[in-house]
Parts: sequence; C-alpha cells; structure tokens
Amino acid sequence: MTERVIAVVSAGLRDPSSTRLLADRLGEATVRALAARGVPATTRLVDLRPLAADMTTALLTSVQSPALAEALRTVTHADGLVAVSPIFSGSYNGLFKTFFDLVEEDALEDMPVLLGATAGTARHSLAIEHALRPLFAYLGAVTTPTGVFAATDDFGHSDAVRADDDVAPLADRVARGGAELARLVATSERRPPADPFALTESFEDLLRGDG
Amino acid sequence: MMQFGVFTVSDITRDPTTGRIPTEHERIRNVVEIAKKAEEVGLDVFALGEHHNPPFFSSSPTTTLAYIAAQTERIILSTATTLITTNDPVKIAEDYAMLQHLADGRVDLMLGRGNTGPVYPWFGQDIRNGIPLAIENYALLHRLWREDVVDWKGRFRTPLQSFTSTPRPLDGVPPFVWHGSIRSPQIAEQAAYYGDGFFHNNIFWNIEHTAAMVRLYRERFEHYGHGSADQAIVGLGGQAFMRPRSQDAVREFRPYFDVAPVYGHGPSLEEFTELTPLTVGSPQQVIDRYAGMREHVGDYQRQLFLIDHAGLPQKTVLEQLEILGGEVVPVLRREMAVGRPAHVPDAPTHASLVAKAGGPRDVTVYADADGVTGRAPEVDASEVEATR
Repeated sequence: MTERVIAVVSAGLRDPSSTRLLADRLGEATVRALAARGVPATTRLVDLRPLAADMTTALLTSVQSPALAEALRTVTHADGLVAVSPIFSGSYNGLFKTFFDLVEEDALEDMPVLLGATAGTARHSLAIEHALRPLFAYLGAVTTPTGVFAATDDFGHSDAVRADDDVAPLADRVARGGAELARLVATSERRPPADPFALTESFEDLLRGDG
Repeated sequence: MMQFGVFTVSDITRDPTTGRIPTEHERIRNVVEIAKKAEEVGLDVFALGEHHNPPFFSSSPTTTLAYIAAQTERIILSTATTLITTNDPVKIAEDYAMLQHLADGRVDLMLGRGNTGPVYPWFGQDIRNGIPLAIENYALLHRLWREDVVDWKGRFRTPLQSFTSTPRPLDGVPPFVWHGSIRSPQIAEQAAYYGDGFFHNNIFWNIEHTAAMVRLYRERFEHYGHGSADQAIVGLGGQAFMRPRSQDAVREFRPYFDVAPVYGHGPSLEEFTELTPLTVGSPQQVIDRYAGMREHVGDYQRQLFLIDHAGLPQKTVLEQLEILGGEVVPVLRREMAVGRPAHVPDAPTHASLVAKAGGPRDVTVYADADGVTGRAPEVDASEVEATR
C-alpha cells in the first residue's frame, strides 16, 4: 500500500510556537491512527512563518517563490491535511488566511481536514466552528466533526480531566481528532488536483461551446 | 532570424523621483516617439497594449499604430494585447485589416483576454465567459479574414447573414496572430489548433512556469499537424533596465521598482530579478540572461521587452532603446543564431506569409457581385426589367 501523506500546516508566529506544537501532535495522532488501521502514513510539515514574505510577494505580484510553490504543492497533493492557526481577534490569523487564499481554486476539494486552533484562554474555543470551518467549507474540503482547540492552560493538563472543567484532556482530544482524520483519509476517494498544464477538454468541445 | 522589439502597456505613471506625471497628450506623443526610436535603433517590433481605464491611454491601438505606420518604414506593428473577449470580432477583423493595408502589411496582433475585470461588464460581457469568448470570437475572426461572405451564429454576438468584412486582408493574407496567455492551457491549445503563434508574457512568472506553458503549446502544435514541436511559433516577454555599470542601473532603477504599480511595495528588486526575467544591470548581464531563455523554451521567434513603464522619464526610455538596439540586440541576434536548427522557422512576416500562400492575390470584394451567387444587383434589375 502506498504511504499516505498528511500535510501539517501551522500558522504559528513564534518559535517555539504552541500552534506548531498542537499541529505536530495532531499530525502524529493521525499517523498513529492510520497505522492502527494498517495504513502506512507520514507527515509533511508546512510552517507558514518562514513563507510570510514570499506569500506577500505572491499576493502582490502573483510570482511564487520555489519554497512557496513547494508548500502549496505539498498541501494540495497530500492525502489529508491538519490545519492549525492561532486565534487572533476572534478568528484565524492573517498568515493562515493568506496561505489558503493562495491555494488554487478547487485544489482542496474533497480534502480530508482536521482543524486545530490555539489561544491564550478557552474563551476562543468556538473560533474553529465559526471561522475555520466555514473557510474549509468554502474550499470544498471535508472536515472532521472534531476540531481541536488548545488554550495555553491545556498544555499543563493533558493527562487527566481537569478539576475545574469536565472537558476531556488535550491528549484525548488530539487522539480523537487524529482518529477521525485517519478514518476520512483511509476511505477518501479524492484524487490530487489536475496538472494545471493538462488539457481537460478537447478544442472541438471548446469550439462547440461545451467547454 | 529572431525578432526583437518592445511593448508598452501605455501607463501614465508619476515619476517617483521627481513627482512629475505626464499629461495624456504628452504620454501619447512619447509612445509614438518610442515606436519611431525603436525602428531607428534597429528593432523589429513595436507592440502596444489595449486598456479601457486609467492609468492607461491606449483604448484605440489601431489608430495609434496607423499613425506610427505612416512615420516608419520597416518596423512591424503589433499589439500586447488586443482584447479578443470584449471587442466585437467583426470590428477587430475590420480594424486590423484596415491597419494592414495602411501599413503595407507590417502588422500582426496578439490576442489576450485582458486583466481588468470590469472591462467585461463595461463592454456588456461576463468575466466568467473569458475563455468561451476568446474561443468563439476568434473562431469568427478567423473566418471573417478567410471567407468573403460569412453566415454565422454563436453564443455571444448577433448572428451574421451574408456579411463581408472590409477591407479584405492585404494580398489575400490575414495578419499573423499570436495568442497571449500566462496560465490558461486552453489558449495554448487554441494557438496550437490554428497553427498560430503563442506568446507568453512571462514578466511576472518564473521560467519553469513559462517553459511548461510553451511545452504544452509545442506538443499540441505538432499534434494538430502544423509541423514538429520545435517549429511552433513562440514569443516571450521580458523586462530590462541597463546602464554601462551594473551598480548604476540598480541605483537608478530601484526607486521606480520599489513603488511601481504592479510589483511595488512587495518583493525587493533582488528577489524579483531572481524570480522573473527582469534584469537590471549592464548590457552584458541582459545579454547573458536572455541568451539563456532558449535553454528553457527552445529556439523561439520573438522577444519583446517592456522598457517604458513605472514612470521612467522619456529621456531615460530613449536611452534604454539606444542600449537595447545598439548593444544588446545585435549580440543576442548572433548568439540566438548559433546552433539554431535550419528547420526552425523565423517569425512569420507579411512577406513570408504571402510567399507561403503562393504570392499576392487581390481579394477585393466588389459590391456589384454577390459573393455567394456571383450575380450583380444590376443584372438582377435588368432581369426584372426584361420580365415586365
């Protein structure tokens, strides 16, 4: 069986970044859950921070640096996607949106996606539902029912249910998200996007106006 | 032999170093002067854009090109691009055939879909039909130049019955057509289907992308039986700023680059020159960069440079033309000829197309003979008389 590739996009701005930390864990959990299904898989990290200037150039001029082109290709040609953003002003940050603005139209159609987000406190936890999920609905991607939100506090409470909260610990939520993405990836019939230079219709069809 | 020339998008842009901005009238006269200078310094082609919104003046390229044709002897006049989507193909057929007569054949044109969204609704079209408009309108244009009397029906314009586009193409040979597209394989396919030229204006693209588009066009050109892939007719855009010393070129051009309408406030000059064909430096650097293009796209036929945008003063633009025509193009001509296989064609000219057609033919359609029936109206009238 060919190895499945899980692209892991992190829009964290700091180094080290808790967004990156969550993204890595979600990717690993997905690979583990796929392995449990007998599906070999690997992750490919797409860290957006080093691409920030290249993304601005691409927005302003349409010219893509080789690194940005490679990152976009990694994401659109993956078998599954983990996409994690820090929450800024109630939504994904600009870096995250810029990257997905640069993805070709329809290139993420039917892509299995696990969404994640980080923020200082749990008050932002619904941002996945009201901001990230609609974006991926627009892109035609298939998102897992579970999105994994991690507040700063969660990183200190990953082993057991917190006394002040009845939410499952982060580790459990990560495992559940990974298992859901693994299920989508294992059963996905998505094909990678067509070669942009490939002809998809004959010129006779175009001439007839069927194109 | 390869053709070298310049193209202008006709932008009226403030000079960021002086704050000066030309009037429309001044810029229009300047562009005419640039075209005449291009001929004087030995370039082969002058191409003019078409736009319908400020900061551009060039809404009527055939008017401008006809005026230039009257003041030049040798240079080929072309467009960059003619909007095949929002212009009526009937008017394109008429205007460019007219220009062809006035310029004694020194005319070809490059068709494009335009890059300003609202032009579609301004001209009564829907931008979502960009490709279908380009396909249908050209199919009609192609017939109007080749058939004296056209009956036609399509999706986008009023049907035609017994329509004759006048004047007929000079010597019975339509102007050569280049199809310009940056990222639409359908347009490369269109160019290949008709055996027309394909122009990739790669000034905002890395060479790998350009090479992939050209490769597609070449393969399809061969598929449609117009010749081998390396005989397809390819043109590229380019952009350069030159001074004898490289560091002077960079120092002088940077303030224009940094705030230029299209790429300003974005990548650095250094990044952009690495990612795109823009070359800022000595004439030798420009020669080296462009002599290498054929390694990516194969031996090609036409290389056009953008040299007059971003508010560069007219004096500077004319100096650039001197350098381009005096130092760069003569060397590029020699270098591009080295190792060029004999079966790779030159860029088509009116003379070469006439020769290929077996010589000039007068194809005037006279009004006294119906192109379909061959009968003259007065004959019909006399028949009517006779039956009384």
